[in-house]
Amino acid sequence: MQDVGLEYCGLRQIDGPLLFLDGLKGVSFDEVVEITAPGGEQRLGQVLEVTEDAAVVQVFAGTTGLSNAGTRVRFTGKGLTIPVGRQTLGRVFDGLGRPKDDLPPVLSSVRLDVNGAPINPYAREYPRDFIQTGITSIDLMNSLVRGQKLPIFSGNGMPHNRIAAQITRQARLLDRDVSFAIVFAAMGVKYDVARFFIDSFEQSGVLGDVVMYLSLADDPSVERLVTPRAALTCAEYLAFEENMHVLVILTDMTNYCEALREIATARNEIPSRKGYPGYLYSDLAGLYERAGRVQGREGSITQVPILTMPSDDISHPVPDLTGYITEGQIVLDRELFQRGIYPPVAGLPSLSRLMKDGIGKGRTRDDHPHVASQLFAAYSHVKDIRALAAVIGEEELSPLDKLYMKFGEQFERTVISQAEFEDRSIQQSLELGWEALRILPRSELYRVTEEELSQFYDVKNGVADAAPPADPPGAG
Amino acid sequence: MVQNSPASTAGDTPRAAGRITRVNGPIVEARGMAGAGMLEVVEVSELRLIGEIIRVRDDVATIQVYEDTSGLKPGEPVFGTGMPLSVRLGPGLLGNIYDGIQRPLAQIMRHSGHYIRRGEKVPPLDATKQWGFEPLVKPGDAASPGQVFGRTQETQSVEHRLMLPPDVRGTVVEVAPAGDYNIDDVVCRVETGHGETISVTMAVDWPVRRQRPSTRRIAMDTPLVTGQRVVDTFFPIAMGGTAAIPGGFGTGKTMTQHALAKWSAARIIVYIGCGERGNEMTEVLREFPELIDPRSGRSLMERTILIANTSNMPVAAREVSIYTGITIAEYYRDMGYDVAVMADSTSRWAEALRELSGRLEEMPADEGFPAYLPTRLAEFYERGGKVRTLNGREGSVSVIGAVSPPGGDFSEPVTQHTSRFIRCFWALDRELANARHYPAISWLNSYSEYLDDIQGWWQQQDPAWREWRDALMEILQDEVKLQRVAKLVGPDALPEQQRLVLFIAETIKNAFLQQNSFDEVDMYCPPEKQVQMLRVLTQLFRRSRDLIRRGGTLADIRELPCMNRIVRMKSAVPNDQVDQLRELFERLNREFDEAERRLA
Ligand SMILES: Nc1ncnc2c1ncn2[C@@H]1O[C@H](COP(=O)(O)OP(=O)(O)OP(=O)(O)O)[C@@H](O)[C@H]1O
Ligand SMILES: [Mg+2]
Repeated sequence: MQDVGLEYCGLRQIDGPLLFLDGLKGVSFDEVVEITAPGGEQRLGQVLEVTEDAAVVQVFAGTTGLSNAGTRVRFTGKGLTIPVGRQTLGRVFDGLGRPKDDLPPVLSSVRLDVNGAPINPYAREYPRDFIQTGITSIDLMNSLVRGQKLPIFSGNGMPHNRIAAQITRQARLLDRDVSFAIVFAAMGVKYDVARFFIDSFEQSGVLGDVVMYLSLADDPSVERLVTPRAALTCAEYLAFEENMHVLVILTDMTNYCEALREIATARNEIPSRKGYPGYLYSDLAGLYERAGRVQGREGSITQVPILTMPSDDISHPVPDLTGYITEGQIVLDRELFQRGIYPPVAGLPSLSRLMKDGIGKGRTRDDHPHVASQLFAAYSHVKDIRALAAVIGEEELSPLDKLYMKFGEQFERTVISQAEFEDRSIQQSLELGWEALRILPRSELYRVTEEELSQFYDVKNGVADAAPPADPPGAG
Repeated sequence: MVQNSPASTAGDTPRAAGRITRVNGPIVEARGMAGAGMLEVVEVSELRLIGEIIRVRDDVATIQVYEDTSGLKPGEPVFGTGMPLSVRLGPGLLGNIYDGIQRPLAQIMRHSGHYIRRGEKVPPLDATKQWGFEPLVKPGDAASPGQVFGRTQETQSVEHRLMLPPDVRGTVVEVAPAGDYNIDDVVCRVETGHGETISVTMAVDWPVRRQRPSTRRIAMDTPLVTGQRVVDTFFPIAMGGTAAIPGGFGTGKTMTQHALAKWSAARIIVYIGCGERGNEMTEVLREFPELIDPRSGRSLMERTILIANTSNMPVAAREVSIYTGITIAEYYRDMGYDVAVMADSTSRWAEALRELSGRLEEMPADEGFPAYLPTRLAEFYERGGKVRTLNGREGSVSVIGAVSPPGGDFSEPVTQHTSRFIRCFWALDRELANARHYPAISWLNSYSEYLDDIQGWWQQQDPAWREWRDALMEILQDEVKLQRVAKLVGPDALPEQQRLVLFIAETIKNAFLQQNSFDEVDMYCPPEKQVQMLRVLTQLFRRSRDLIRRGGTLADIRELPCMNRIVRMKSAVPNDQVDQLRELFERLNREFDEAERRLA
């Protein structure tokens, strides 16, 4: 005998977002429950733990207004599912995947469990198609490839949303004219943020290719645990069943993690760092790993999660564990931001791990890997010299070091910095990179090959008057 | 067919035992389990999810389940198997990719597509495949534990030596004639002293949590050459040694592990992706078959076994994955091979331990980790080593574990405990990684306790090896002190000899320590080339020092035409034309002679 669909009346205990029930039978782990408050209002919840006659249930909408006596709980016997399919395009859902746009429910014969299932690593296809975002600091220095998960590590007040919007607006593949469908999940962000994205999608005329899952700041925090899962379930279906290229924006992952911490605290779990549960890594991996490509399918999921680093601290558990899972990170730098540089992409801590296979010969341009590597090396040297200049004074620097200072300035002003609506081709970006490198003498550029030097460095050097002649032939 | 091993599960029908009483994530409790043993494998619910008993109290067993437990309910059945969690060992392991409990991922994909579904039951080894068996014993021969009784060519480059179980002693009474057999065919029978006859097939099961026996440990005197200069020259690991690679995210743990899996001089590689990214395993699967092993001339995949329990796969199976990997490694060691195990990342394994321990409501020690964390780490690294096998061969298991400390802070428990049980520490440095100095192995915080043990090997390459190595190391150490001063007064305020040290240190970093894994040539640097590069750099330093003593300047040295060659020698000199470095050495001497003449 099963109690599926049976309703229980009364709770043993309410504690934060959790309900404790006993006197039950036949409840299964992880199943969805429907809770009816004494006033008749309906909420959803999920079983977190079950014993022979008792269960712990987390309530997505929070437990305010519930009482031990009058609350009724119905066990559905099913996991949490949402409808998926092309019909979701252009729609707006709440954090639990229910329509929020006053349109009728999605008519789809397919409903999927939001938890998904792990992709078999053997079934994956290694991502290597370069996505041109039109942003030099990404394309040239931290290239994004289709199927990658590349988060933006930001801080309060920095322009991560504008950058994400610029990416969604400009992202394209080099050889094919394929556009991206966009799945957007908002967790705990303000309405203005959602509005900003909606407006931006509208302006670029893509709103019909966007699916939104919104759990905003005034929505119950626990529901944020479901929001990214719903979004990724939708994205997986579009990518791997409908063969679409999907770009998923998740913002703000820090709010998601806080919701997770809230549940863990309510359950009296032993915390690891800063009160976050020890399984935060696995939990986040369960989201971020839902990106990529699989064999035999045309579609792909590219993830750009956004998170704000509390006090700009990159070693905080949320950015730290994210960085341990994602394939690189775009880190925004407070100092560049204060100096008015947009996008304030930090030169050194940013990294794209899948860049190596997506760029270079036959993909972007042959010299791309070496130019990027040389720019990183030179820019890192700039940082050392700036530190030295701060102590001994700029005038005391050697002539070579002064050139490095100049290079650093140009790199930040022309390579990293660009306008919000400026869409640069990868060739333009590479040219800007070489232009900056030409400030430095030839002998300093040992990460590019001799051939690349003669092709890209020497040619224009005679023409350019900015740089002093380097290593005149016959010296010594 | 006769059962031949204590752990075989083949053909058993699990008996119904208990009933589920509680489900808490991957931890399930069941009642009515009085007959069940600790560490016994059970099958949970009608879905037959694989689990392992980790605690027994009266008739209640606590089970860690290796698959997602969503939908399980109290009252559902639990079936015992009477067997401990085991791996199946035999021909067909090489080139394969398994999950943490040795289910073949390729077959799983064939069954159920892109996603891993629950309750998959696929045997680890293909029982239909025919292997060419060649007997090495004959009836009447004495049979001893671990004895090699036959062989089969597992891949073109690896001969699979078939061994008697370690507890069998007696007389061979029957051996199959040379021919094709599958892994379930009996190919040998041994009569033990007690009049019992044991039938032996080509495959055997072994409990993952039990170390495979060997005769004794032997001294480690050969380096595990990795082709990575900073490792081989500065912080070498011995064949059979243990090493840790700690580092924050993105500092290069996986790249280093991959480089070692590709180029290290082990005969067999077991690569365990433990709680890391799916794409990294895909990368290995895509890349390795196309790479040629410089030693065997065959595809690298022929010597590689992958265990992939990625971060999104069930956490309990992650805990067991490193045991699965190391048991397979020991098996090949017993055949007389040098095996290297890479575990990326042991921190994810420790976290799995922590999560399971938390659900068991055990008393936490440091940062929520269970108090037995150090014991488990010690047990794992203890399974590495170089041994005399039961059959008298020499074999080794080298263990290289990545460590992912939260916030990149090495004072956390996993890094701290690990460093007690390993002898080689390759500390990855965030600053170096940010500056794209790869491999970002810090020459200041790393160490190797094998240096003295293996220097004899290098001295056979060149007797001056240790002297050169130490000379360069000293320059790198001196640089740190000088940099401190230079940061206050500017490098130009230092005396010429000290500026030389800074310059040479910079050259060592660029020309020797940095090694780009994506460079066609430099991804692997053979030992001869390392020695010659070392020689050139030491000579550069010595001659420069003399030149400055005679009144020369750093600028004179910078301008020598050979400098450009030296900075580019790692990738400009092909690995099979190391003589070019001897020429470079001569050229350097000539240019310095010339410079000295000019001064005089
Ligand atoms: N030897 C190397 N040569 C060239 N690039 C390297 C090397 N080592 C690391 N890198 C660069 O650093 C990036 C990060 O390296 P890797 O993935 O190994 O980091 P990790 O320490 O394993 O990080 P995580 O803990 O997040 O898994 C690589 O994608 C690559 O771009
Ligand atoms: Mg890694």
